[in-house]
Amino acid sequence: MPVLERQGERAWRRHERIRQLAGWAGWLIGTAIFVYCWQLLSGKTIWAFVSDAHSQAADLAVRMVPPRWSYMEGLWRPLWDTINIATLGTLMALVIAVPVAFCAARNTTPSVLLVRPVALFVIVSSRSINSLIWALMLVTIIGPGVLAGVLAIGFRSIGFCAKLLYEAIEEIDPSQVEAVSATGASGPQVLTYGIVPQIMPAFAGIAVFRWDINIRESTVLGLVGAGGIGVQLNASLASVAWTQVSLILLAILGTVIVSEWVSAKVRHAII
Amino acid sequence: MSATLRTWHKPPFIRNARLRWALWLVAGIYIAFGLGTLEVNWGRVIDGVPRGHRFLAAFFPPDFAARWDAIASGLAESVWMTVTSTVVGVALSIPIGLGAARNLAPLPVYLACRSVVALSRTFPEIILAIFFVKIFGFGPFAGFLALSLATIGFYAKLLAEDIEDMDPAQAEAVRATGASWFQWLNYAVQPQVMPRMVGLSMYRLDINFRESAVVGIVGGGGIGATLNTAFDRYEFETAAAILLLIIGIVMVLEYASSIIRAKVQ
Repeated sequence: MPVLERQGERAWRRHERIRQLAGWAGWLIGTAIFVYCWQLLSGKTIWAFVSDAHSQAADLAVRMVPPRWSYMEGLWRPLWDTINIATLGTLMALVIAVPVAFCAARNTTPSVLLVRPVALFVIVSSRSINSLIWALMLVTIIGPGVLAGVLAIGFRSIGFCAKLLYEAIEEIDPSQVEAVSATGASGPQVLTYGIVPQIMPAFAGIAVFRWDINIRESTVLGLVGAGGIGVQLNASLASVAWTQVSLILLAILGTVIVSEWVSAKVRHAII
Repeated sequence: MSATLRTWHKPPFIRNARLRWALWLVAGIYIAFGLGTLEVNWGRVIDGVPRGHRFLAAFFPPDFAARWDAIASGLAESVWMTVTSTVVGVALSIPIGLGAARNLAPLPVYLACRSVVALSRTFPEIILAIFFVKIFGFGPFAGFLALSLATIGFYAKLLAEDIEDMDPAQAEAVRATGASWFQWLNYAVQPQVMPRMVGLSMYRLDINFRESAVVGIVGGGGIGATLNTAFDRYEFETAAAILLLIIGIVMVLEYASSIIRAKVQ
């Protein structure tokens, strides 16, 4: 127990002296880095605009209410597109993520040296690029539209789903796999009878979880032209039609709440 | 005993046969309908094939040199936006997270903090960024605010959940020594949630860096603006270079955070 002795009295301390000093040094370095970064940020900021912010915010609030309800007629189709982008993108990602995950998991990969690094690289590069950037890329290549959105969501989700899935595969109970292979089962049979039933709940959970995230992300893909309600948002922002913007935000809010409710229900049913 | 041949089938994932078939049917109809209303301009897609080739070719080798100044300043901006927004976001999350834990806070505080969390979680970072750009003007300050707010939604929620899951015996033991509220927080609650929270703040640093690459698209500063310009000018070699740098930095961050998480847990 770390104890500090001072003038013959022993007082309890939480950490040893060395650890305490290391902690202080860590705080000092961390604070220095933060202050330096803050200085850079402050240098690039026009503080006159920031001090003006409250009047800007008030102005915006006035211009956003009331939402232009009649605009809703034109929003049903983009909302349907948004849901399609999220759902079809998730499906596409799952189809690709399953083989990638089996290649990436240590206990099922065909080759730890050759196949596993490739699968891990696919996962990392898909995960580190935001779906909006995927969309930006795909819009320049295949043109604006819903397809670019579906592909963007799909590419972004492969890494996420494959990562969670391969972690689930690595955590399976090996004794079940051993029992199945002891019956003389072939490789694919071991997979379907020994491994798949164990990861099925995780798989369903991951699919629903990602779908929920994708609904959120697909609402903004239209900002770069990849279809969905974001296209209307971008157009309304460009034409400073703030009453339409507020209606679109309400529509997004509603969609997100519904998707969260659906995914909570499905997850509840699985677990 | 008659020798009937009986084969075993593994039980299906959804036990109720009627529900299972109904789900398949609904899924089939939806996919058919969804694909049917996709409205793909195939002519444009086919036109894009050579451009896609050019884009892929641009990765071998990517061109770091042509716009190096813009790339370097954009990346640096992203990095310090990430650091400041993570620190500020986490610092603000701590009081809100404490307030959003049901076993710590009285009901009115709990509801207020929960609504802050819900509000900042609903909209994607990019929409927050649009509004902050409008209110605070172009530049990294708007991006910083958007990322900080998004951090609060993420971090305060997880912190609150972690506090609600803590071991009440330790908390009671410290309270029984006559500790004040702050002492109780410091010696009973904090040690229990600290390891997970350090890991999560590293994870959030990683997310904020990735998000800082997109807030630039709407004028929130960072590497996103440079990337957007590169795509607009069809400078695929520069875009490839930026993408590789982002992937590289995310990989380094992920590796570093896994080391730190292994150390604290």
